[in-house]
Amino acid sequence: MKPARFDYIRAETLAEAHAALAAGGDDARIIAGGQSLVPMLSMRMARPNVLIDIMHLPALAKIEVKGNALRIGAGVRQAELLAWPDLRERHPLLAAALPWVGHAQTRSRGTVCGSVAHADPSAEIPLALLALKGTIELSSQKKLRRVPTEEFFTGLMSTARSDDELIEAVEVPCRTAGDGCAFREFARRHSDFAIVACAAVARKDSVRLAIGGVADCPTARDFPDIDGDALDDALDEFANDLDARDDLHATADYRRALVRRIGRATIEEARLCRA
Amino acid sequence: MPRLSGDTRHRVQFELNGRAVEADAEPRMLLTDFLRHDLGMTGTHVGCEHGVCGACTVLMDGVPARACLILAVQADGAKIRTVEGLAPAPGRLSILQEAFRRHHALQCGFCTAGILMSLDYYLRHHPEPDEMELREYLGGHLCRCTGYAPILAAALDAAQRLRKTPAHA
Repeated sequence: MKPARFDYIRAETLAEAHAALAAGGDDARIIAGGQSLVPMLSMRMARPNVLIDIMHLPALAKIEVKGNALRIGAGVRQAELLAWPDLRERHPLLAAALPWVGHAQTRSRGTVCGSVAHADPSAEIPLALLALKGTIELSSQKKLRRVPTEEFFTGLMSTARSDDELIEAVEVPCRTAGDGCAFREFARRHSDFAIVACAAVARKDSVRLAIGGVADCPTARDFPDIDGDALDDALDEFANDLDARDDLHATADYRRALVRRIGRATIEEARLCRA
Repeated sequence: MPRLSGDTRHRVQFELNGRAVEADAEPRMLLTDFLRHDLGMTGTHVGCEHGVCGACTVLMDGVPARACLILAVQADGAKIRTVEGLAPAPGRLSILQEAFRRHHALQCGFCTAGILMSLDYYLRHHPEPDEMELREYLGGHLCRCTGYAPILAAALDAAQRLRKTPAHA
């Protein structure tokens, strides 16, 4: 498997990356860690004319606390975020979800924002951002805009990003005191793509459950503080509303069954974690 | 950096196992092929070529990485370590390699180079590895011969010996 030909630019400034992206249009692609893009290139599912490498821009490689949120720059690798000292305390859902992303040997290079840009329907980072109501920061030569996660993922590996924009950072709100969260996933093999992944954030009188791996993009729903049969019914309705599809890994019915079972277990675990 | 044209080959330089190396590569050339075909370092094996099997794992700037998911031009200026850099001297094996031999942690050997690089990194940073953590970590590699148990035994044995003689890692 070999990629088709492309030009390569190692951007030295963000302005240079923006200019190359504006000039290249949809034939240009940003490459960061490359852990999703390089397989796409090798399988020739992606055939850009130019790759713009943004991993030599120190300004993008930062993890910053901004008020009540964490801003994760486009150059931050998944392993770096996982090793960030305050992650477990301030962002327990990210701390729970990140070990499920690929393998240690791919997290060492894969970036947080790259996973968001790739928008695989079963990816854990987009799912966690959706559960936490994170924000995607998009920038181009012309403007900077901030898009809520719920509006960012628009379909199967497609997003609200325009061709001349790159993801400069994502912002994730810090855990609110008292909230509990949990992350669970089912896959056939260790570290494989999730057949169903669930992220839950339990507040005092509500719970938010986000589901990945079932529909074309991650989907979240907020539930009131219900339990027992009422919660089963609500989860059943959620599972049936998801546009689940059969593929070689699992049937749509099986995925919906997993949403009911693992979704419930995730909600219960998140509630137990409430302080 | 100027735009590197996809139609021509460009000089790529990096440090490989402590030595400066250079050769020419098109931007689309993967580090796996660059190591094997252009630098003649065939210890790094090419398996699935999409980051799943782990056979091509090398250390890039000190951390494990799939060479098949890196473009040679991305590695320009980096420090790369491959399986050829593990043995301390010709005719001698590293403590980890010796443990693999003792425990029969390889049969066909196809996956071995990648696993050795991953474990070399892991044992350096986790001198007292927990068995479950090691199992999880080895999940990043496919081995179709051993069933993994001898690999795990070799890793635990090597960790113990490395604690006694860290200088001979």
